[in-house]
Amino acid sequence: MSAILGLEDVSYAYRGSHPGQLAVEGVSLDVVPGQNLGLVGESGSGKTTLLRMLLGLLRPTSGRVIFDGAPLDLRDRGQVRHFRRSVQTVFQDPYSSLDPRQRVGRIVGEPVRSLRIASGRAAEKMVAEALESVGLSAAVVSHYPHEFSGGQRQRIAIARAIVSRPRVLLADEPVSALDVITRSQVITLLAELGSRRDLTVLMVSHDLGVVGALCERTVVLKAGRIVEEGPTPQVFGDPSEPYTRQLLSAVPRLPQV
Amino acid sequence: MNLLEVASLEVTSPDGVARVKDVSFTVAPGERIGLIGESGSGKSLTAFAIIGLLPSGVTAAGSIVLDGTQVVGAPEKHLVPLRGRVCAFIFQEPLTALDPLMKLGRQLAEPIARHQGLRGAELRRAVLEALEEVRLSDPERMAESRSYEISGGQRQRVAIAMALACRPQLLIADEPTTALDVTVQSEVLTLLDRLVADRGMALIFVSHDLAVVSRMTDHAIVMRAGEAVERGSIAQLLAAPKHPYTAAFAESARRIEADFAAAIDQGRDG
Repeated sequence: MSAILGLEDVSYAYRGSHPGQLAVEGVSLDVVPGQNLGLVGESGSGKTTLLRMLLGLLRPTSGRVIFDGAPLDLRDRGQVRHFRRSVQTVFQDPYSSLDPRQRVGRIVGEPVRSLRIASGRAAEKMVAEALESVGLSAAVVSHYPHEFSGGQRQRIAIARAIVSRPRVLLADEPVSALDVITRSQVITLLAELGSRRDLTVLMVSHDLGVVGALCERTVVLKAGRIVEEGPTPQVFGDPSEPYTRQLLSAVPRLPQV
Repeated sequence: MNLLEVASLEVTSPDGVARVKDVSFTVAPGERIGLIGESGSGKSLTAFAIIGLLPSGVTAAGSIVLDGTQVVGAPEKHLVPLRGRVCAFIFQEPLTALDPLMKLGRQLAEPIARHQGLRGAELRRAVLEALEEVRLSDPERMAESRSYEISGGQRQRVAIAMALACRPQLLIADEPTTALDVTVQSEVLTLLDRLVADRGMALIFVSHDLAVVSRMTDHAIVMRAGEAVERGSIAQLLAAPKHPYTAAFAESARRIEADFAAAIDQGRDG
């Protein structure tokens, strides 16, 4: 199946960085429907820069972002609206990503309003449905974010991300701020949403355990370049790069009992 | 004699909410113990209470005897001699332990000078040795750096060097690797494990991560909502948890681990 979203030989240099110093260098990747993709790497590997380019928040210094087979052009309003509806995001910290002064109903309904997908009753129905798919009651719409735990907030953030029925969810360390039990629940939720709502997740994480639990394919980044990629079992079980082996062996494991 | 005896510890926040309830445990010299729990479980407050470092307004009741001194209700001047010499602390975020304006060498020199009474060239040599001991390459350059000029892993190594400077008998590490990358985490855990073993220190290792705790200690106390719900060997907490919360906690940790292990096995066979 053809890719929904991709990068074509993309490089990025931050302004003010030394000439020739690239945060991302020559990266190509595809988000293929039904194949959750994990982007793993340590701090400074360029994973967040990549994610920002995929979101259209940063323009590549060279190379192209491809959306539905065409280069993403942020001046093309029609394409951008379609893009915003199809590609949504969830951030790491469910405390800073939700506006504390807005009720949950308004937060989750925001994409529906701003993308002019629906209004009134139809919008309310979409919000209720999104909340129910993340395991929350539709009654939470009248509450404020501070009334919820970290795990519930991340569910609210996911509800906001899926309310426009996107095809791709870009998630930046979506569970690393969560407690262990909640973490496992949110991973299960993301996996379920994939099959129930035809949603493909691209997850950026430094936690290989979480990537192993959710992603069919894995890309390993180091210093702005892809050093290894492939089906997750292949990358994890039979890595070809010493760096990948180093990452894998560093993952803390439970004692065998 | 036990190095630390915590009995019926209660910690109460300013609004009157009990954050730690009736927690008791002991640590013998050289013993290692894990405090496991999720956010809000009271594990960090328990750790802070041991050294009398509770946030203002938060009060402790019950008994904490550290190296023969009652910590609960003790005036600050009785606690100061315990800190660093008897018990030292490593925080999750090393920046909280480091002064951004002071060169790292000078910061490290302070406790070493106080504890070992060294000055001048001798003090300088001891500082460089302390930096070498935490496996920092180029200690000379590190001593001249400030905390914002070095990486997170390097900062945590410097924080460890500072914590160990006064040769404490008990080290309390509160999520010391949670903010670090996975490879750096692994290196810092290896370093801590070796230093604690070499010096025969006792260790209280506070973490939400069972796998990380299991690298440092065989025994742990599981905390939930301020209570110590279960204690035992990590193998037993995983294989035969008695409390339903421990069971749920272990199950979640195992599920993520199992998916990871399955991916690896599948790739090896394939």
